[in-house]
Amino acid sequence: MADIITVDRDDVLLKKEGFDDHFHDHHHEDKYKSNFISHYIFSMDHKMIARQFLITGMLWAIIGAGMSIIFRLQLGFPDESLAWLKPLLGKWITINTETGMGSLQPEFYYALVTMHGTIIVFFVLTAGLSGTFSNLLIPLQLGARDMASPFLNMLSYWFFFMASVVMFYSLFLSTGPFSGGWTAYPPLSALPQASMGSGTGMTLWTISLVLFVVSVLLGGINYITTVLNLRTKGMTFWRMPLTIWAFFVTAILGLLSFPVLASGFFLLMCDRGLGTSFYLSEIFIQGSALDFAGGSPVLYQHLFWFLGHPEVYIIILPAMGLVSEVMAVHARKPIFGYKFMVYSILAIGFLSFIVWAHHMFMSGVNPFISNFFVVFTLIIAVPSAIKVFNWIATLYKGDLRLNTPMLFSIGFVSMFISGGLTGVFLGNSAIDIQQHDTYFVVAHFHIVMGIAAFFGMFAGVYHWYPKMFGRFMNETLGKIHFWATLIGAYAIFWPMHYLGLAGVPRRYYRFDSFDAFGSFGEMNMFITIAAIVVFFAQLLMVINFFYSMYYGKKMTTKNPWGATTLEWTTPIKAGHGNWPGKLPTVHRWPYDYGKDGKDFISQLEPMAEGETEAH
Amino acid sequence: MADITLKSHRSSRVHPQKFALWAAMASITMMFASLSSAYIVRQAAGNWLEFQLPSAFYISTIIILLSSMTLHKSYTSFINGQERPYKLYLVVSFFLGLGFVVSQYIGWQNLYSLGIDLKGNPSGSFLYVMTFIHVVHVLGGIACLLTAMFHAFALKFKVTERRKHRFELVNHYWHYVDLLWVYLLIFLLFS
Ligand code: HEM
Ligand SMILES: [Cu+2]
Repeated sequence: MADIITVDRDDVLLKKEGFDDHFHDHHHEDKYKSNFISHYIFSMDHKMIARQFLITGMLWAIIGAGMSIIFRLQLGFPDESLAWLKPLLGKWITINTETGMGSLQPEFYYALVTMHGTIIVFFVLTAGLSGTFSNLLIPLQLGARDMASPFLNMLSYWFFFMASVVMFYSLFLSTGPFSGGWTAYPPLSALPQASMGSGTGMTLWTISLVLFVVSVLLGGINYITTVLNLRTKGMTFWRMPLTIWAFFVTAILGLLSFPVLASGFFLLMCDRGLGTSFYLSEIFIQGSALDFAGGSPVLYQHLFWFLGHPEVYIIILPAMGLVSEVMAVHARKPIFGYKFMVYSILAIGFLSFIVWAHHMFMSGVNPFISNFFVVFTLIIAVPSAIKVFNWIATLYKGDLRLNTPMLFSIGFVSMFISGGLTGVFLGNSAIDIQQHDTYFVVAHFHIVMGIAAFFGMFAGVYHWYPKMFGRFMNETLGKIHFWATLIGAYAIFWPMHYLGLAGVPRRYYRFDSFDAFGSFGEMNMFITIAAIVVFFAQLLMVINFFYSMYYGKKMTTKNPWGATTLEWTTPIKAGHGNWPGKLPTVHRWPYDYGKDGKDFISQLEPMAEGETEAH
Repeated sequence: MADITLKSHRSSRVHPQKFALWAAMASITMMFASLSSAYIVRQAAGNWLEFQLPSAFYISTIIILLSSMTLHKSYTSFINGQERPYKLYLVVSFFLGLGFVVSQYIGWQNLYSLGIDLKGNPSGSFLYVMTFIHVVHVLGGIACLLTAMFHAFALKFKVTERRKHRFELVNHYWHYVDLLWVYLLIFLLFS
């Protein structure tokens, strides 16, 4: 019953206190509903665009994860026949006519690893995560009708779509997709003749990523502008939910770092097509010398990692924002240290621009310059630790609802701690001499970025699913998904630390042919089996996602979680423009949970007599 | 349709489109900053050919500075309701813009005839690439000027907030690419 009263209360407050922008004078909504194409395909409604990003991202996630299963099979079972994959992979599986043994072509192994990285980093964890939730939540939580420019927003999705199409096409080239690693270092990326994937595969890879950069920039410009310009009445900066802070800083990072990648790519294209020598120096290939002189591949690394490091925070910050919000709602407590959370986000954002060379300690950068980067890299651990502390303090003595979104939020914190700690090892340039390019690094970044960001995304999907589709996802399946993923992910990546400490290098096709690494066969087998289990657990989530769209439990009240933020004050099926009548007016910060004996107080609620605003 | 948000509550006095433009400029600035630093890093590595900039680049500078002035004049005429100078200066700016591109092209030809080739020493490659990317941005500005001219000649002359705002967007961008060139010239001269 309590729910029904609050629903009414919202509507009363919206009517009485709301900001009237005469929205209802124009019937945007009807125009939208009337046309299938403009509603579902070329939609300018941020809520629809969010769903487009999410579903495209999910498709990519399945492809990207599927690739990892194939190369894990190779690593875990190098002596088993992969002939059964022939129908899927065609000529990339060669069958030994005598033994009937099918083996994965080494070139294609590299292509798989490269595509896996590119797809997951850019298409899933950037577009699928920040694209989805920035779009969904920025206008809704700020009380705006839509993004500042719905049109550019639509373009942002379609550029991502085009990037996807080009990349997808490149998977089917007869020479295979690009295979020089997701970082695309020259010379493999700069010389079309350097490897099989360096020709057309790389050309398409570059085209795809340039389209992707355009998408990120269009999106980012919109997010920033919307946050600065379209906050509703009363929504001061210090009343913004942490999600918005995170998306805002993420967008700034993207806006400032992706153009650097673009110029890096531009120089790369000149080297590839026009014969310049930005990244190429004297090179012999197939016995003959090339014309290039005096270029430096390290220059590319600088340009790449100037984007690359902010990029990892572009991935994790939105997840952090989502987790903070979900955690406060389901712990029924204000987020601990709200302002410190904001300052940490800002600090991380700033620091992420001055640590890039920690990826290059072993590339021959001056050791004295390395020290500078060591110091700033280690300093990033401070705001990161503050955030971790605050999440744990938020949980402490909370009235926890251990539902799927909350479990994933807690799982996020666990992953972020485990992976962040190994970052501190790697950040020391002396220790990195041993660890660089080993499985230790693979373990580090998969836990801290890959799994953690996925957990943040899952928390967000389970939590805001009702907002997106008007129904709930199945809790039981959700919990199975969580536990299988949590345990499975540790089972995959924990052993990799040991491999890395023993010096096992990343990106090798097989290890049993090396004396030094031959003893890890069983461990690799174990990892592969865990990876397969986790992969199938994700399919559970996909099934749950699509099944619940039609058969999930229906949402009957506007604010099922009892949250304070504005997105839950819109109608269950909100049209374009979000609020049918006036825009909400905001009177307080978003974390009034358990204040003055009340379970929660909506941001719409005016301050009571003598009440002071919490921060 | 796209105006759905224009009436929403505004939390800033700056028009959202103008802000979006500034954000885009920040992004372009980062692009040139990165190219400049790549230039410095590569230069420090040695084997770097020194040569003089072609005189056409100085002429370009004068042309684009002039175009900014005429465009500003066009803008002030517009808000003062003076139709003829508004249109006149706008057209002049447009042609000066084209002149800039032509003059840059002549500059490249001069360089080429001096033996500075895109493929040769990286100092030349950098110069071509940086000036080329800049010209691409200028071409974007010329497209904006074209739309502004379209508005000027196809619509009936009237000073409205909306048109003033749109014209300001064009102005800001044009002055920006102008400044960017001045920066590039100084950078190339003194680094
Ligand atoms: C406490 C904070 C962190 C520190 C000190 C740190 C440090 C490092 C260092 C030094 C490396 C380079 C290792 C090598 O290649 O030898 C590295 C790699 C990496 N880190 Fe972190 N890291 C931290 C947090 C993060 C976070 C939060 C993310 C992502 C959300 C992340 C993502 C990555 C990725 C993707 C790579 C590997 C990229 C590649 O070579 O393919 N790190 N980290
Ligand atoms: Cu990094």
